[in-house]
Amino acid sequence: MTATSPTRRAPLLTLYAACVFAFVYLPIIVLILYSFNRDGVGGFPPRHFTFDWYRQLFADGPIWDSVLNSLFVAAGSVVLSLTLGLLAALALDRADFPGKALFRRLVLLPLILPGIITGLSLLMFAVFAHVQLSLFTVFLGHGTALISVATTELFAGLQKMDRAQEEASLDLGATPWQTFWRVTLPNLKLSMIAAGLLIFTLSMDEIAVTFFLIGRDNTLPLEIWGRLRRGITPEINAVSTLIFAVSVALIIIWYRVRTRGLGAEAQELIETP
Amino acid sequence: MSSVGANSLHPSHTPTTALLEIRGVSKCFGRRDVLKGVSLSIASGEFLTLLGESGSGKTTLLRLIAGFEQPSAGEIWMGGERLDTLPPYKRRVNTVFQHYALFPHLSVRDNVAYGLRVKNTPAAEIGDRVDQSLRMVKMEEFAASRPSKLSGGQQQRVALARALVNRPQLLLLDEPLSALDANLRKQMQGELKSLQRELGITFLFVTHDQEEAMALSDRIALLRDGALEQVATAREIYAHPATAYTAQFIGQTNLLQGEIRGSIATCGVLRWPLDAPDGLAIFSLRPEAIRLCAGGGRQATEVKFRASIRQQLYGGSSELLEVDCGAGQFLRVRIPVHGPLSGEHDFVFSIADAVRVQE
Repeated sequence: MTATSPTRRAPLLTLYAACVFAFVYLPIIVLILYSFNRDGVGGFPPRHFTFDWYRQLFADGPIWDSVLNSLFVAAGSVVLSLTLGLLAALALDRADFPGKALFRRLVLLPLILPGIITGLSLLMFAVFAHVQLSLFTVFLGHGTALISVATTELFAGLQKMDRAQEEASLDLGATPWQTFWRVTLPNLKLSMIAAGLLIFTLSMDEIAVTFFLIGRDNTLPLEIWGRLRRGITPEINAVSTLIFAVSVALIIIWYRVRTRGLGAEAQELIETP
Repeated sequence: MSSVGANSLHPSHTPTTALLEIRGVSKCFGRRDVLKGVSLSIASGEFLTLLGESGSGKTTLLRLIAGFEQPSAGEIWMGGERLDTLPPYKRRVNTVFQHYALFPHLSVRDNVAYGLRVKNTPAAEIGDRVDQSLRMVKMEEFAASRPSKLSGGQQQRVALARALVNRPQLLLLDEPLSALDANLRKQMQGELKSLQRELGITFLFVTHDQEEAMALSDRIALLRDGALEQVATAREIYAHPATAYTAQFIGQTNLLQGEIRGSIATCGVLRWPLDAPDGLAIFSLRPEAIRLCAGGGRQATEVKFRASIRQQLYGGSSELLEVDCGAGQFLRVRIPVHGPLSGEHDFVFSIADAVRVQE
């Protein structure tokens, strides 16, 4: 290796990078470690490995109710935001209308806006419209706030798509409607999966918007938040560890689908209708 | 083929059984005129090639016929029915796209079955017709494959089968061979031609390759800047190009700038009698129309001149010479393989081979 090689060793830089990684990941590692510590969150270093906190967690009804609530909200948000996002992406890709540039930026706005603003405005709207706050309002909030994620992802998918395929479909006698279902949508399958996974993860984690829109039933993040105010227990560590594991798994799948870095077999699995 | 054969023998005769009629079609994109009043009629069962440089409007004309674009002016009729007002999926026209546009999420079999499925053809009939089409292009064994697993030539065959399974009255082919390498290209040319003969389907073929056009077509329609330059059989267009552009675009030629005065044509050092009104004139003289003259006199219908060899390019079956007739006049001459030549020689060509062309 020559001195001009871009990958030359730089000990200081390596140390710096290690510090950044430690800053970001050390708390998570500590959190995971203490979920297996018999003596709870007090005491250092953690001694006496145990699964007790997990056992306690699995017997904890309210936690699982909130997990179920979160799953409902997340699944609903995926459907809502993908549907609306697909329409927006199609409009951006194909239609020419006045104010298109503005629309394009406005659609992306929820991605940049602080959750507090989004949450507060949705709350004000709910009050204005006399809608009872419940999981349903949370679902509406997540679903609309995450449209931007769906739109960006699906718009990219549409841009990558070979338009000649749709022309071929029309040419072979398929109506525009048939063409959409048989050619356009299957071509967007990977983008749909990628966007869906990301939206699901984001919705599962969401606190700010949820906080304003929640009714009597808690989602998982709010349940945890509520319990933390009564003092931290390793059961929270346990549930956080599980969330972390699921999130990481989903993000890895999302990333691999997005970069199409899947192995040939998995690729086949996803592409096979 | 019999009716087509008759047409090709009489190129000036308008086909009586016109399948497709393009009447004064223009197309502009914004302020750019891509097509300028093109009128063309294509006979049933004919193999017609739209030939032209890129940007000449040939692909646009194809897209107008397929229905992906709307003409700015003019009409297109097929079999007595107005075509240009119909959406693409209601036209009995199918297209083979330049990059095939196969559906990547469907198998070869499902790709071919697509057109029949969307028209709710009975399943049994779909099976039969798909098998038949795949057999026709020799792709039966790849029926279960994904298009991405196929080579360019194989994808080409699938694209053909996918279009032909619908039994279109007219098949549009948009530079279908341009993505193939030279050998495969020659082979596919032969297969296309025999398929077309077998099926008797009218082919409208787009290419920028004049050799391909001459090899395949019953007639060639040469487009230049969105207007038709000449429409004729390959032989006719080669032997009697109407314009200097046509003469240069199709095959190689020598363009001779000259003038006619007192029934004598003069182009540089070359002179021959020509019964025509006085004025400037351009002649196209094909390199192979000029021969080495072994000696002896010339006939009255021939022009003889002396020129020195400037360059000799050996081409296997023939040799291409560049000769200097003096006074800065250079001509290209194609002769049978002769062996190395140098110095001055006598050449001769027949007056009839100097074809007068328009600017």
